[in-house]
Amino acid sequence: MTTQVVKPPETARTGDHPPLAGPDFALRVVDLKKRFGARQVIKGMSVDVPRGSILVILGGSGMGKSVLMKHMIGLLKPDAGAVIVDGQDITRLKPLELKQTRGKFGMVFQNGALFDSMSNWENVAFPLREHRKDLKGAALDARVRELFKVFSLDPDAIGPRSPSEVSGGQRKRVALARAVALEPQIVLYDEPTTGLDPITTDQVDEMILAAKHKLGVTSIVISHDIASAFKIADDIIFVYDGEIVCRGLKSAMLASEHPFVQRFFATWKEKNV
Amino acid sequence: MTVGRGNVVALSTSPSPGAIEPTQVTPAPSPLRLALRKTVEAMGRPATELIDEIGQLGLFCLDVLFWLPRRPFRWGQLARHLRDIGFGSLFIVALTGVFTGLAFGFQSLQGFRRFGAEALVGPTTMLGLVRELGPVLTGLMVAGRSGSGMATELGTMRVTEQIDALSTMAVEPVQYLVVPRAIAATLMMPFLTVVFCAAGYGGCYLMAVLREGVDPGVFLYETWQALDPDDFYEGWIKGAVFGLQIALIASWQGFRASGGARGVGEAATRTVVIANVCILVSTYLLAEILDPLIHSWIRFDALGK
Ligand SMILES: Nc1ncnc2c1ncn2[C@@H]1O[C@H](COP(=O)(O)OP(=O)(O)OP(=O)(O)O)[C@@H](O)[C@H]1O
Ligand SMILES: [Mg+2]
Repeated sequence: MTTQVVKPPETARTGDHPPLAGPDFALRVVDLKKRFGARQVIKGMSVDVPRGSILVILGGSGMGKSVLMKHMIGLLKPDAGAVIVDGQDITRLKPLELKQTRGKFGMVFQNGALFDSMSNWENVAFPLREHRKDLKGAALDARVRELFKVFSLDPDAIGPRSPSEVSGGQRKRVALARAVALEPQIVLYDEPTTGLDPITTDQVDEMILAAKHKLGVTSIVISHDIASAFKIADDIIFVYDGEIVCRGLKSAMLASEHPFVQRFFATWKEKNV
Repeated sequence: MTVGRGNVVALSTSPSPGAIEPTQVTPAPSPLRLALRKTVEAMGRPATELIDEIGQLGLFCLDVLFWLPRRPFRWGQLARHLRDIGFGSLFIVALTGVFTGLAFGFQSLQGFRRFGAEALVGPTTMLGLVRELGPVLTGLMVAGRSGSGMATELGTMRVTEQIDALSTMAVEPVQYLVVPRAIAATLMMPFLTVVFCAAGYGGCYLMAVLREGVDPGVFLYETWQALDPDDFYEGWIKGAVFGLQIALIASWQGFRASGGARGVGEAATRTVVIANVCILVSTYLLAEILDPLIHSWIRFDALGK
């Protein structure tokens, strides 16, 4: 197995970003480029995510956030650039090696992507059945119920129904439960709280923070929720039209010169500053 | 004439100012050359697209081949698809089989009567069914029912990102979704072909014996006399190949579906069209290939004894 270690260029940092906790990165994206047909969706992005930290990706709709995230887990192949997970460039892995690397990840899709041929219970049990052969019968059921409870879902009411028979917010929470079922080291969340009520949103934020503090989980979160972004983030990147136009924390975002970033935070500023 | 020329001149000399780049110096090609080029391109495009598609299908098949022998094997999925394809199509295959037999019996009876060879209607029908009509018509039915169903299910999974979700959970989609379908279709098609042929022979019996008064003993005896085991081999092999074709084409179309409900519908339609064309083309090719193969094998077998 060949491992390719690519040294990324130093990313410019602005604002009150804390010093990095050593050189240990869970994931680095190096000068990523991707084009769909005539549209250059990602025009060279670089970002590094220290192990056990939370990166929040902000940005307008259709700016390439989800596409960036799909590259991070190897669902899309870039035209140029690298994605390095634990020192391994996953864009160059063979299918079997990539499959192994995926074991480190969990991902929540923007629209849930639950298997609609299975019940909600089976959806959450699916990764456990695949990769935790030791969990069977009652033990499996107990673990699935536990996961349901973490996201305030009633296992008896929600579990037996199919994903199409529960509300959008419940579906999202089932998807969250499925993504963290195997307690992966890196979890990618594509808008985990969009469509959830403020209380549940708060719970999800707390869950992401708890995973970081208790288990050292690295989280990458795409969000439109500025308040929760500021609350959980160790680092924020702002994506505009396929480029990272601003990086840092709250002060960097609010101080940005970029007109779109200014507009993005304008309403929030009025209410909170 | 003058009007036409005026139009051409107007078109070629006054494009919108914003579209002209300052560095552009090459003059616009003449309308005739443009028209010629367009025609050639229009003729060439389907050809290049076809080659492109065949290439993609080939790569997809290699992918399936790669994941076929790898563990874990999905027994549960295989059972589900065996059931879906086998029992799902059983009724429609039997029904079309009976009516094919009725029609085939009726028509060949008309012909054989002219030579006073009514007794041959049984073996002729059986031979036509097991070697050609059985696998082909079963294939067409299964492509329309199970093939389009597969393409729809997989296409929906693709556009709702369920296939991507499988990948992120370190479950290989081709291995989990396609391999069991391909195996199930390959195994089930010979079985359904047998059902079709039995139903067709039954239909022919109804027509010849019960309606047209052919002696039942003669009908059955002549069939028994005329049939060779290798007639059946050809039908089974064809059925299996068609089943594999249907599953691979449907999965390939489902996997590359994009663009919501419409894309899924297109995938299903294309599956049925492509699978049907492939079945009809390959049934001839298979006949050419299998006939000498099976015969030489039988002869070799006989020599061995
Ligand atoms: N598979 C694809 N093929 C072609 N174009 C695509 C594909 N996926 C995404 N795009 C395009 O790439 C651009 C970025 O899409 P992306 O999903 O990353 O947006 P986003 O930032 O996640 O937006 P949102 O906040 O609305 O989810 C969009 O213009 C989209 O049309
Ligand atoms: Mg998105």
